[in-house]
Amino acid sequence: MTHTLGRPDFDLIAAWIAPGDRVLDLGCGDGTLLRHLIDNRGAYGVGVEIDDANILAAIKNRINVIQGNLERGLSEFADQAFDHVVLSRTLQTVRHTEGILREMLRIGREAVVSFPNFAYHKNLRAVLDGRMPVSEDLPFQWYDSPNVRFFTLLDFEDLCDKMGLIIRERHVLDEDGNIVTVNDKKELNFLGSLAVYRLSQSR
Amino acid sequence: MPGQSVGVVAAQHAHFNQPLNLRSGGVLPAYDLVYETYGTLNAAKSNAILVCHALSGHHHVAGHYADDPDNIGWWDNIIGPGRPLDTDKFFIVGLNNLGGCHGSTGPSSPNPTTGKLWGADFPMVAVVDWVHAQARLADLLGIDTWAAVMGGSLGGMQALRWSVTYPERVRNAIVIAAAPKLSAQNIAFNDVARQAILTDPDFHGGHYYEHNTRPARGLRLARMLGHITYLSDDQMGEKFGRELRNDKFSFGFGVEFEVESYLRYQGDKFAGYFDANTYLLMTKALDYFDPSREDNGDLVATMARSKANFLIASFTTDWRFTPARSKEMVAALLANGRNVSYAEIDLNFGHDSFLMEDAHYHGVVDAYLRNIKL
Repeated sequence: MTHTLGRPDFDLIAAWIAPGDRVLDLGCGDGTLLRHLIDNRGAYGVGVEIDDANILAAIKNRINVIQGNLERGLSEFADQAFDHVVLSRTLQTVRHTEGILREMLRIGREAVVSFPNFAYHKNLRAVLDGRMPVSEDLPFQWYDSPNVRFFTLLDFEDLCDKMGLIIRERHVLDEDGNIVTVNDKKELNFLGSLAVYRLSQSR
Repeated sequence: MPGQSVGVVAAQHAHFNQPLNLRSGGVLPAYDLVYETYGTLNAAKSNAILVCHALSGHHHVAGHYADDPDNIGWWDNIIGPGRPLDTDKFFIVGLNNLGGCHGSTGPSSPNPTTGKLWGADFPMVAVVDWVHAQARLADLLGIDTWAAVMGGSLGGMQALRWSVTYPERVRNAIVIAAAPKLSAQNIAFNDVARQAILTDPDFHGGHYYEHNTRPARGLRLARMLGHITYLSDDQMGEKFGRELRNDKFSFGFGVEFEVESYLRYQGDKFAGYFDANTYLLMTKALDYFDPSREDNGDLVATMARSKANFLIASFTTDWRFTPARSKEMVAALLANGRNVSYAEIDLNFGHDSFLMEDAHYHGVVDAYLRNIKL
Protein backbone atom coordinates (compact mmCIF):
# COMPACT_ATOMS: atom_id res chain seq x y z
CA MET A 1 0.00 0.00 0.00
CA THR A 2 1.37 3.41 -0.92
CA HIS A 3 0.73 6.48 1.13
CA THR A 4 1.12 10.19 0.61
CA LEU A 5 4.68 11.17 1.47
CA GLY A 6 5.36 7.61 2.66
CA ARG A 7 3.74 8.31 6.04
CA PRO A 8 0.46 6.44 6.51
CA ASP A 9 -0.50 8.56 9.53
CA PHE A 10 -0.26 11.71 7.39
CA ASP A 11 -3.18 10.58 5.21
CA LEU A 12 -5.32 9.96 8.27
CA ILE A 13 -4.40 13.30 9.83
CA ALA A 14 -5.07 15.14 6.56
CA ALA A 15 -8.57 13.65 6.45
CA TRP A 16 -9.36 15.36 9.77
CA ILE A 17 -8.33 18.82 8.55
CA ALA A 18 -11.08 20.93 7.00
CA PRO A 19 -10.23 23.45 4.26
CA GLY A 20 -8.76 26.63 5.72
CA ASP A 21 -8.18 25.13 9.17
CA ARG A 22 -5.36 26.45 11.33
CA VAL A 23 -2.87 23.71 12.10
CA LEU A 24 0.06 23.73 14.52
CA ASP A 25 2.49 20.83 14.03
CA LEU A 26 4.69 20.21 17.06
CA GLY A 27 7.97 18.61 16.06
CA CYS A 28 7.24 19.38 12.41
CA GLY A 29 10.58 18.12 11.07
CA ASP A 30 11.18 19.49 7.59
CA GLY A 31 7.52 20.55 7.35
CA THR A 32 6.39 17.75 5.00
CA LEU A 33 3.01 17.27 6.71
CA LEU A 34 2.29 21.00 6.88
CA ARG A 35 3.31 21.47 3.23
CA HIS A 36 0.84 18.70 2.37
CA LEU A 37 -1.95 20.30 4.43
CA ILE A 38 -1.28 23.76 3.01
CA ASP A 39 -1.20 22.52 -0.59
CA ASN A 40 -4.12 20.10 -0.35
CA ARG A 41 -6.32 21.53 2.39
CA GLY A 42 -5.57 25.24 2.12
CA ALA A 43 -4.57 25.16 5.75
CA TYR A 44 -2.73 27.93 7.62
CA GLY A 45 0.18 26.05 9.11
CA VAL A 46 2.81 26.68 11.73
CA GLY A 47 5.43 24.19 12.89
CA VAL A 48 7.59 23.99 15.98
CA GLU A 49 11.02 22.41 15.70
CA ILE A 50 14.07 22.21 17.93
CA ASP A 51 16.63 20.98 15.41
CA ASP A 52 18.69 23.46 13.36
CA ALA A 53 18.80 21.27 10.22
CA ASN A 54 15.01 20.86 10.31
CA ILE A 55 14.50 24.61 10.82
CA LEU A 56 16.53 25.22 7.68
CA ALA A 57 14.71 22.47 5.77
CA ALA A 58 11.29 23.79 6.85
CA ILE A 59 12.15 27.34 5.77
CA LYS A 60 13.31 25.94 2.41
CA ASN A 61 9.94 24.15 2.31
CA ARG A 62 8.18 27.55 2.74
CA ILE A 63 6.77 26.57 6.12
CA ASN A 64 6.16 28.91 9.06
CA VAL A 65 8.48 27.31 11.57
CA ILE A 66 9.22 28.44 15.11
CA GLN A 67 12.36 27.15 16.77
CA GLY A 68 11.63 25.97 20.27
CA ASN A 69 11.71 23.17 22.80
CA LEU A 70 8.36 21.46 23.44
CA GLU A 71 9.56 20.54 26.94
CA ARG A 72 9.80 24.23 27.85
CA GLY A 73 6.19 25.09 27.09
CA LEU A 74 4.59 26.90 24.19
CA SER A 75 3.84 30.27 25.73
CA GLU A 76 4.19 32.08 22.39
CA PHE A 77 0.93 30.46 21.28
CA ALA A 78 -2.33 31.95 22.52
CA ASP A 79 -5.25 29.94 23.94
CA GLN A 80 -7.35 28.28 21.24
CA ALA A 81 -5.31 29.90 18.45
CA PHE A 82 -5.46 26.76 16.27
CA ASP A 83 -8.08 24.31 15.12
CA HIS A 84 -5.70 21.36 15.32
CA VAL A 85 -2.46 20.84 17.19
CA VAL A 86 -0.57 17.86 15.81
CA LEU A 87 2.03 15.78 17.62
CA SER A 88 3.11 13.16 15.14
CA ARG A 89 5.33 10.32 16.43
CA THR A 90 6.76 12.64 19.05
CA LEU A 91 4.82 12.02 22.29
CA GLN A 92 7.14 9.13 23.16
CA THR A 93 10.13 11.50 23.01
CA VAL A 94 8.65 14.05 25.42
CA ARG A 95 9.26 13.76 29.15
CA HIS A 96 6.37 15.96 30.31
CA THR A 97 3.62 13.87 28.76
CA GLU A 98 0.65 15.34 30.60
CA GLY A 99 2.04 18.88 30.27
CA ILE A 100 2.34 18.67 26.50
CA LEU A 101 -1.13 17.15 26.09
CA ARG A 102 -2.62 19.97 28.20
CA GLU A 103 -0.69 22.59 26.20
CA MET A 104 -1.98 21.10 22.95
CA LEU A 105 -5.59 21.43 24.05
CA ARG A 106 -4.99 24.89 25.50
CA ILE A 107 -3.72 26.08 22.11
CA GLY A 108 -5.96 24.00 19.88
CA ARG A 109 -9.58 23.00 19.65
CA GLU A 110 -8.42 19.46 18.87
CA ALA A 111 -5.22 17.51 19.42
CA VAL A 112 -3.98 14.95 16.93
CA VAL A 113 -1.50 12.52 18.43
CA SER A 114 0.24 9.60 16.77
CA PHE A 115 2.70 7.28 18.49
CA PRO A 116 4.29 3.86 18.12
CA ASN A 117 2.48 1.18 20.10
CA PHE A 118 4.93 -0.78 22.21
CA ALA A 119 2.43 -3.63 22.63
CA TYR A 120 2.47 -4.43 18.90
CA HIS A 121 2.94 -8.18 18.67
CA LYS A 122 6.27 -7.99 16.84
CA ASN A 123 7.58 -5.67 19.55
CA LEU A 124 6.39 -8.07 22.25
CA ARG A 125 7.99 -10.93 20.33
CA ALA A 126 11.29 -9.07 20.19
CA VAL A 127 11.22 -8.55 23.94
CA LEU A 128 10.33 -12.22 24.51
CA ASP A 129 13.34 -13.06 22.35
CA GLY A 130 15.42 -10.93 24.67
CA ARG A 131 15.82 -7.92 22.40
CA MET A 132 14.46 -4.39 22.43
CA PRO A 133 12.10 -3.95 19.47
CA VAL A 134 13.29 -2.35 16.24
CA SER A 135 10.61 -1.92 13.59
CA GLU A 136 9.17 0.36 10.92
CA ASP A 137 7.61 2.53 13.62
CA LEU A 138 10.41 2.07 16.17
CA PRO A 139 13.37 2.50 13.87
CA PHE A 140 16.04 3.07 16.52
CA GLN A 141 18.52 0.99 18.42
CA TRP A 142 18.16 1.18 22.22
CA TYR A 143 21.35 3.27 22.45
CA ASP A 144 20.41 5.95 19.91
CA SER A 145 16.65 6.15 20.45
CA PRO A 146 15.13 9.59 21.10
CA ASN A 147 12.25 7.81 22.84
CA VAL A 148 12.00 8.36 26.59
CA ARG A 149 8.44 7.09 27.25
CA PHE A 150 7.42 3.52 26.44
CA PHE A 151 3.67 3.00 26.41
CA THR A 152 0.89 1.18 24.64
CA LEU A 153 -2.43 2.08 23.14
CA LEU A 154 -4.20 0.91 26.29
CA ASP A 155 -1.85 2.89 28.51
CA PHE A 156 -2.51 6.02 26.46
CA GLU A 157 -6.26 5.63 26.66
CA ASP A 158 -6.03 5.27 30.43
CA LEU A 159 -4.12 8.56 30.58
CA CYS A 160 -6.73 10.28 28.40
CA ASP A 161 -9.39 9.00 30.74
CA LYS A 162 -7.50 10.23 33.79
CA MET A 163 -6.98 13.66 32.20
CA GLY A 164 -10.59 13.96 31.08
CA LEU A 165 -9.66 14.01 27.38
CA ILE A 166 -12.26 12.86 24.89
CA ILE A 167 -11.14 10.43 22.20
CA ARG A 168 -13.10 11.57 19.17
CA GLU A 169 -11.49 9.20 16.68
CA ARG A 170 -8.83 6.53 16.67
CA HIS A 171 -7.02 4.78 13.87
CA VAL A 172 -4.63 1.90 14.40
CA LEU A 173 -2.18 0.85 11.72
CA ASP A 174 -0.07 -2.24 11.26
CA GLU A 175 3.58 -2.09 10.30
CA ASP A 176 2.69 -1.83 6.60
CA GLY A 177 0.44 1.17 7.22
CA ASN A 178 -2.81 -0.74 6.76
CA ILE A 179 -5.69 0.12 9.07
CA VAL A 180 -6.39 -2.59 11.62
CA THR A 181 -10.13 -3.19 11.83
CA VAL A 182 -10.93 -5.19 14.91
CA ASN A 183 -13.25 -4.09 17.66
CA ASP A 184 -11.68 -5.75 20.67
CA LYS A 185 -9.32 -3.23 22.27
CA LYS A 186 -6.89 -5.83 23.53
CA GLU A 187 -6.66 -7.32 20.06
CA LEU A 188 -6.18 -3.85 18.58
CA ASN A 189 -3.38 -3.25 21.05
CA PHE A 190 -1.75 -6.49 19.89
CA LEU A 191 -2.11 -5.88 16.15
CA GLY A 192 -1.40 -2.13 15.97
CA SER A 193 2.09 -0.77 15.31
CA LEU A 194 1.09 2.88 15.13
CA ALA A 195 -1.88 4.63 16.76
CA VAL A 196 -3.41 7.93 15.64
CA TYR A 197 -5.83 9.77 17.94
CA ARG A 198 -8.07 12.77 17.58
CA LEU A 199 -8.67 14.28 21.00
CA SER A 200 -10.61 17.12 22.49
CA GLN A 201 -11.18 18.41 25.98
CA SER A 202 -14.42 18.08 27.83
CA ARG A 203 -15.75 21.58 28.42
CA MET B 1 28.99 30.37 2.62
CA PRO B 2 30.09 30.51 -1.00
CA GLY B 3 29.65 33.67 -3.02
CA GLN B 4 31.58 36.81 -3.69
CA SER B 5 31.76 40.39 -2.55
CA VAL B 6 29.95 43.00 -4.60
CA GLY B 7 33.39 44.53 -5.26
CA VAL B 8 33.82 48.24 -5.92
CA VAL B 9 30.91 50.42 -4.83
CA ALA B 10 30.26 54.16 -4.65
CA ALA B 11 28.15 56.27 -2.32
CA GLN B 12 25.34 58.40 -3.75
CA HIS B 13 23.60 61.46 -2.36
CA ALA B 14 19.98 62.50 -2.51
CA HIS B 15 18.62 65.88 -1.46
CA PHE B 16 15.06 66.22 -0.17
CA ASN B 17 13.32 69.62 -0.14
CA GLN B 18 10.00 68.49 1.26
CA PRO B 19 9.99 69.21 5.03
CA LEU B 20 9.91 66.17 7.29
CA ASN B 21 7.69 66.39 10.36
CA LEU B 22 9.35 64.52 13.18
CA ARG B 23 7.96 62.37 15.97
CA SER B 24 9.42 64.82 18.50
CA GLY B 25 7.38 67.68 17.02
CA GLY B 26 10.35 69.20 15.27
CA VAL B 27 10.61 69.74 11.54
CA LEU B 28 13.55 69.19 9.22
CA PRO B 29 12.97 71.70 6.41
CA ALA B 30 15.30 69.87 4.04
CA TYR B 31 17.85 67.11 4.33
CA ASP B 32 20.34 64.92 2.52
CA LEU B 33 20.59 61.16 2.62
CA VAL B 34 23.71 59.27 1.58
CA TYR B 35 23.11 55.77 0.30
CA GLU B 36 24.58 52.88 -1.67
CA THR B 37 22.96 50.30 -3.92
CA TYR B 38 24.15 46.88 -5.04
CA GLY B 39 22.72 44.77 -7.85
CA THR B 40 20.16 45.93 -10.40
CA LEU B 41 16.58 47.02 -9.88
CA ASN B 42 14.46 44.81 -12.15
CA ALA B 43 11.91 46.19 -14.61
CA ALA B 44 8.99 45.36 -12.30
CA LYS B 45 10.90 47.06 -9.43
CA SER B 46 9.99 44.08 -7.29
CA ASN B 47 13.43 42.92 -6.18
CA ALA B 48 14.53 45.67 -3.80
CA ILE B 49 15.75 44.97 -0.27
CA LEU B 50 16.35 47.76 2.22
CA VAL B 51 19.10 47.03 4.75
CA CYS B 52 18.78 49.25 7.82
CA HIS B 53 21.75 49.97 10.03
CA ALA B 54 22.13 49.69 13.78
CA LEU B 55 23.47 52.18 16.32
CA SER B 56 26.79 53.04 14.72
CA GLY B 57 26.25 51.78 11.18
CA HIS B 58 25.90 53.66 7.91
CA HIS B 59 25.26 53.40 4.19
CA HIS B 60 28.44 51.49 3.35
CA VAL B 61 26.94 48.04 3.87
CA ALA B 62 28.90 45.97 1.36
CA GLY B 63 31.83 46.09 -1.04
CA HIS B 64 34.73 48.53 -0.95
CA TYR B 65 35.69 51.85 -2.51
CA ALA B 66 38.01 52.02 -5.51
CA ASP B 67 40.28 54.49 -3.71
CA ASP B 68 39.98 52.78 -0.31
CA PRO B 69 40.06 48.98 -0.78
CA ASP B 70 40.40 48.31 2.97
CA ASN B 71 37.14 50.12 3.75
CA ILE B 72 34.82 47.12 3.53
CA GLY B 73 31.07 47.45 4.19
CA TRP B 74 29.83 46.51 7.67
CA TRP B 75 27.67 43.59 6.44
CA ASP B 76 29.75 42.58 3.45
CA ASN B 77 29.70 38.88 4.40
CA ILE B 78 25.97 38.51 3.67
CA ILE B 79 25.70 40.56 0.44
CA GLY B 80 26.97 39.73 -3.04
CA PRO B 81 26.59 37.29 -5.91
CA GLY B 82 25.78 33.86 -4.44
CA ARG B 83 25.48 35.22 -0.89
CA PRO B 84 22.18 35.29 1.05
CA LEU B 85 21.38 38.81 -0.16
CA ASP B 86 22.19 37.72 -3.67
CA THR B 87 22.89 40.69 -5.90
CA ASP B 88 22.24 38.50 -8.95
CA LYS B 89 18.61 38.41 -7.79
CA PHE B 90 18.08 41.41 -5.53
CA PHE B 91 18.67 45.14 -5.62
CA ILE B 92 20.05 46.10 -2.22
CA VAL B 93 19.74 49.60 -0.74
CA GLY B 94 21.64 50.80 2.33
CA LEU B 95 21.57 54.34 3.69
CA ASN B 96 22.87 56.45 6.53
CA ASN B 97 19.95 57.48 8.71
CA LEU B 98 19.00 61.04 9.59
CA GLY B 99 21.02 62.24 12.54
CA GLY B 100 23.96 60.15 11.38
CA CYS B 101 27.53 61.27 10.95
CA HIS B 102 28.48 59.56 7.70
CA GLY B 103 27.03 61.96 5.14
CA SER B 104 23.30 62.14 5.83
CA THR B 105 22.00 65.27 7.53
CA GLY B 106 22.76 65.20 11.22
CA PRO B 107 24.13 67.22 14.13
CA SER B 108 27.47 67.70 12.39
CA SER B 109 25.78 69.13 9.24
CA PRO B 110 25.20 72.87 8.67
CA ASN B 111 21.96 74.29 10.01
CA PRO B 112 20.58 76.35 7.10
CA THR B 113 18.90 78.88 9.42
CA THR B 114 22.05 79.75 11.38
CA GLY B 115 24.80 78.84 8.95
CA LYS B 116 26.55 77.04 11.80
CA LEU B 117 26.64 73.29 12.41
CA TRP B 118 23.45 71.95 14.00
CA GLY B 119 25.08 70.49 17.10
CA ALA B 120 22.65 70.13 19.99
CA ASP B 121 19.98 72.03 18.03
CA PHE B 122 19.47 69.09 15.69
CA PRO B 123 15.97 67.80 16.40
CA MET B 124 15.49 64.47 18.13
CA VAL B 125 14.81 61.77 15.54
CA ALA B 126 12.82 58.59 16.16
CA VAL B 127 12.82 55.26 14.33
CA VAL B 128 9.53 56.19 12.65
CA ASP B 129 11.19 59.36 11.26
CA TRP B 130 13.93 57.25 9.72
CA VAL B 131 11.29 55.02 8.17
CA HIS B 132 9.50 58.04 6.66
CA ALA B 133 12.81 59.33 5.28
CA GLN B 134 13.62 55.86 3.91
CA ALA B 135 10.18 55.81 2.24
CA ARG B 136 11.06 59.02 0.44
CA LEU B 137 14.31 57.50 -0.72
CA ALA B 138 12.30 54.51 -1.97
CA ASP B 139 10.03 56.94 -3.87
CA LEU B 140 13.09 58.56 -5.43
CA LEU B 141 14.42 55.16 -6.52
CA GLY B 142 11.02 54.19 -7.93
CA ILE B 143 10.47 51.43 -5.39
CA ASP B 144 6.79 51.12 -4.40
CA THR B 145 7.17 47.91 -2.45
CA TRP B 146 10.24 46.37 -0.85
CA ALA B 147 10.72 42.66 -1.42
CA ALA B 148 12.19 42.82 2.08
CA VAL B 149 13.20 45.30 4.73
CA MET B 150 15.90 43.87 6.90
CA GLY B 151 18.20 44.72 9.77
CA GLY B 152 19.92 43.61 12.94
CA SER B 153 19.43 45.22 16.36
CA LEU B 154 18.22 48.82 15.84
CA GLY B 155 18.13 47.93 12.12
CA GLY B 156 15.64 45.14 12.87
CA MET B 157 13.50 47.63 14.76
CA GLN B 158 13.30 49.75 11.59
CA ALA B 159 12.12 46.67 9.67
CA LEU B 160 9.43 46.09 12.31
CA ARG B 161 8.43 49.76 12.17
CA TRP B 162 8.24 49.66 8.36
CA SER B 163 5.83 46.74 8.52
CA VAL B 164 3.31 48.63 10.66
CA THR B 165 3.82 52.15 9.24
CA TYR B 166 3.85 51.18 5.55
CA PRO B 167 2.19 47.75 5.53
CA GLU B 168 1.49 47.93 1.79
CA ARG B 169 5.13 48.63 0.99
CA VAL B 170 6.82 45.69 2.75
CA ARG B 171 6.40 42.12 1.52
CA ASN B 172 8.88 40.60 3.96
CA ALA B 173 10.47 41.85 7.17
CA ILE B 174 13.66 40.24 8.42
CA VAL B 175 14.20 41.20 12.05
CA ILE B 176 17.43 39.95 13.59
CA ALA B 177 18.69 40.30 17.18
CA ALA B 178 16.07 42.93 17.95
CA ALA B 179 13.28 43.62 20.44
CA PRO B 180 9.84 45.24 20.17
CA LYS B 181 11.00 47.85 22.72
CA LEU B 182 13.86 48.33 25.14
CA SER B 183 13.84 46.99 28.67
CA ALA B 184 14.68 49.12 31.70
CA GLN B 185 18.14 47.52 31.72
CA ASN B 186 18.66 48.40 28.03
CA ILE B 187 17.69 52.02 28.71
CA ALA B 188 19.90 52.10 31.80
CA PHE B 189 22.97 51.10 29.79
CA ASN B 190 22.14 53.74 27.19
CA ASP B 191 21.78 56.39 29.86
CA VAL B 192 25.18 55.63 31.39
CA ALA B 193 26.65 55.92 27.90
CA ARG B 194 24.92 59.28 27.39
CA GLN B 195 25.99 60.53 30.79
CA ALA B 196 29.60 59.78 29.88
CA ILE B 197 29.22 62.10 26.87
CA LEU B 198 27.02 64.77 28.50
CA THR B 199 29.39 65.20 31.47
CA ASP B 200 32.54 65.39 29.34
CA PRO B 201 33.91 68.97 29.82
CA ASP B 202 34.52 69.08 26.07
CA PHE B 203 30.83 68.51 25.29
CA HIS B 204 29.88 72.22 25.59
CA GLY B 205 26.16 71.48 25.58
CA GLY B 206 26.51 69.73 22.24
CA HIS B 207 28.10 72.73 20.49
CA TYR B 208 31.64 71.41 20.74
CA TYR B 209 32.25 71.96 17.03
CA GLU B 210 32.31 75.73 17.71
CA HIS B 211 34.97 75.15 20.33
CA ASN B 212 37.08 73.12 17.93
CA THR B 213 36.99 70.17 20.25
CA ARG B 214 35.00 66.98 20.75
CA PRO B 215 33.96 64.99 23.84
CA ALA B 216 36.25 62.11 22.94
CA ARG B 217 36.66 60.92 26.53
CA GLY B 218 32.93 60.57 27.03
CA LEU B 219 32.35 58.99 23.66
CA ARG B 220 35.18 56.54 24.34
CA LEU B 221 33.61 55.49 27.65
CA ALA B 222 30.17 55.21 26.02
CA ARG B 223 31.59 52.87 23.38
CA MET B 224 33.50 50.79 25.91
CA LEU B 225 30.33 50.27 27.91
CA GLY B 226 28.27 49.56 24.80
CA HIS B 227 30.87 47.14 23.53
CA ILE B 228 30.63 45.02 26.69
CA THR B 229 26.90 44.64 26.06
CA TYR B 230 27.51 43.49 22.48
CA LEU B 231 29.69 40.55 23.52
CA SER B 232 28.88 37.44 25.52
CA ASP B 233 30.55 36.53 28.79
CA ASP B 234 31.65 33.19 27.30
CA GLN B 235 33.21 34.87 24.30
CA MET B 236 35.07 37.41 26.43
CA GLY B 237 36.26 34.54 28.61
CA GLU B 238 37.51 32.62 25.60
CA LYS B 239 39.04 35.63 23.91
CA PHE B 240 40.68 37.34 26.89
CA GLY B 241 40.10 35.33 30.04
CA ARG B 242 42.24 36.91 32.74
CA GLU B 243 45.23 37.18 30.44
CA LEU B 244 47.68 39.87 31.47
CA ARG B 245 49.70 41.91 29.05
CA ASN B 246 52.90 41.53 31.08
CA ASP B 247 52.35 38.23 32.88
CA LYS B 248 52.32 39.79 36.35
CA PHE B 249 50.27 42.30 38.32
CA SER B 250 51.61 45.85 38.27
CA PHE B 251 49.32 47.06 41.08
CA GLY B 252 48.40 50.21 39.18
CA PHE B 253 45.61 51.60 37.01
CA GLY B 254 47.30 51.22 33.64
CA VAL B 255 46.35 48.62 31.08
CA GLU B 256 46.99 45.23 32.69
CA PHE B 257 44.36 42.75 31.56
CA GLU B 258 44.02 42.01 27.88
CA VAL B 259 40.31 42.80 28.05
CA GLU B 260 41.16 46.32 29.23
CA SER B 261 43.53 46.76 26.35
CA TYR B 262 40.90 45.57 23.88
CA LEU B 263 38.11 47.79 25.24
CA ARG B 264 40.30 50.88 25.39
CA TYR B 265 41.45 50.27 21.83
CA GLN B 266 37.83 49.88 20.66
CA GLY B 267 36.83 53.02 22.57
CA ASP B 268 39.68 55.09 21.16
CA LYS B 269 39.06 53.91 17.62
CA PHE B 270 35.36 54.73 17.83
CA ALA B 271 35.88 58.11 19.49
CA GLY B 272 38.24 58.95 16.64
CA TYR B 273 35.61 58.85 13.91
CA PHE B 274 32.11 58.87 15.40
CA ASP B 275 30.15 61.98 16.37
CA ALA B 276 29.04 62.22 20.00
CA ASN B 277 25.79 64.05 19.16
CA THR B 278 24.88 61.28 16.74
CA TYR B 279 25.59 58.70 19.45
CA LEU B 280 23.24 60.56 21.80
CA LEU B 281 20.49 60.71 19.16
CA MET B 282 20.80 57.06 18.18
CA THR B 283 20.59 55.84 21.77
CA LYS B 284 17.52 58.00 22.37
CA ALA B 285 15.90 56.61 19.21
CA LEU B 286 16.47 53.16 20.70
CA ASP B 287 14.99 54.16 24.06
CA TYR B 288 11.89 55.73 22.50
CA PHE B 289 11.27 52.83 20.12
CA ASP B 290 7.98 51.15 20.99
CA PRO B 291 5.46 50.83 18.13
CA SER B 292 2.95 49.31 20.57
CA ARG B 293 2.74 52.65 22.40
CA GLU B 294 0.14 53.65 19.79
CA ASP B 295 -1.94 50.69 21.00
CA ASN B 296 -1.54 51.18 24.75
CA GLY B 297 1.26 48.63 24.83
CA ASP B 298 -0.70 45.92 23.00
CA LEU B 299 1.85 44.57 20.51
CA VAL B 300 -0.74 42.14 19.11
CA ALA B 301 -2.91 45.09 18.08
CA THR B 302 0.15 46.82 16.60
CA MET B 303 1.20 43.83 14.54
CA ALA B 304 -2.35 43.49 13.26
CA ARG B 305 -1.53 46.45 11.03
CA SER B 306 1.41 44.65 9.38
CA LYS B 307 0.88 42.57 6.28
CA ALA B 308 4.43 41.36 5.72
CA ASN B 309 5.76 37.86 6.13
CA PHE B 310 8.41 37.75 8.83
CA LEU B 311 11.68 36.01 9.46
CA ILE B 312 12.80 36.66 13.01
CA ALA B 313 16.15 35.45 14.32
CA SER B 314 17.84 35.72 17.69
CA PHE B 315 21.09 34.45 19.15
CA THR B 316 21.41 32.20 22.18
CA THR B 317 24.20 34.28 23.75
CA ASP B 318 22.66 37.71 23.08
CA TRP B 319 21.86 39.15 26.52
CA ARG B 320 21.19 42.65 25.19
CA PHE B 321 18.16 41.56 23.14
CA THR B 322 17.59 38.00 24.30
CA PRO B 323 15.73 35.29 22.35
CA ALA B 324 12.78 35.94 24.68
CA ARG B 325 12.51 39.49 23.27
CA SER B 326 12.34 38.13 19.72
CA LYS B 327 9.69 35.66 20.83
CA GLU B 328 7.49 38.57 21.96
CA MET B 329 7.36 39.67 18.32
CA VAL B 330 6.81 36.07 17.16
CA ALA B 331 3.91 35.68 19.58
CA ALA B 332 2.28 38.94 18.45
CA LEU B 333 2.53 37.86 14.80
CA LEU B 334 1.20 34.36 15.52
CA ALA B 335 -1.73 35.85 17.41
CA ASN B 336 -2.60 37.67 14.18
CA GLY B 337 -2.24 34.54 12.05
CA ARG B 338 0.68 36.04 10.14
CA ASN B 339 3.34 34.10 8.31
CA VAL B 340 6.40 34.05 10.55
CA SER B 341 9.43 31.86 10.98
CA TYR B 342 11.75 32.09 13.94
CA ALA B 343 15.28 30.77 14.27
CA GLU B 344 17.19 30.79 17.55
CA ILE B 345 20.76 30.60 16.43
CA ASP B 346 23.42 29.07 18.62
CA LEU B 347 26.33 31.46 18.18
CA ASN B 348 28.84 32.53 20.79
CA PHE B 349 29.29 36.19 19.89
CA GLY B 350 26.50 37.76 21.95
CA HIS B 351 24.56 40.60 20.36
CA ASP B 352 27.29 41.03 17.73
CA SER B 353 26.48 37.54 16.40
CA PHE B 354 24.19 39.13 13.83
CA LEU B 355 27.22 40.50 12.00
CA MET B 356 29.11 37.20 11.99
CA GLU B 357 29.46 34.77 9.14
CA ASP B 358 27.99 31.44 10.18
CA ALA B 359 26.85 28.68 7.83
CA HIS B 360 23.58 27.94 9.65
CA TYR B 361 22.66 31.59 10.32
CA HIS B 362 23.38 32.65 6.76
CA GLY B 363 21.77 29.45 5.48
CA VAL B 364 18.49 30.40 7.19
CA VAL B 365 18.52 33.92 5.71
CA ASP B 366 19.53 32.51 2.33
CA ALA B 367 16.74 29.91 2.33
CA TYR B 368 14.15 32.50 3.33
CA LEU B 369 15.21 35.01 0.67
CA ARG B 370 15.45 32.40 -2.10
CA ASN B 371 11.76 31.62 -1.59
CA ILE B 372 10.73 35.22 -2.24
CA LYS B 373 8.99 35.35 -5.62
CA LEU B 374 9.74 38.49 -7.58
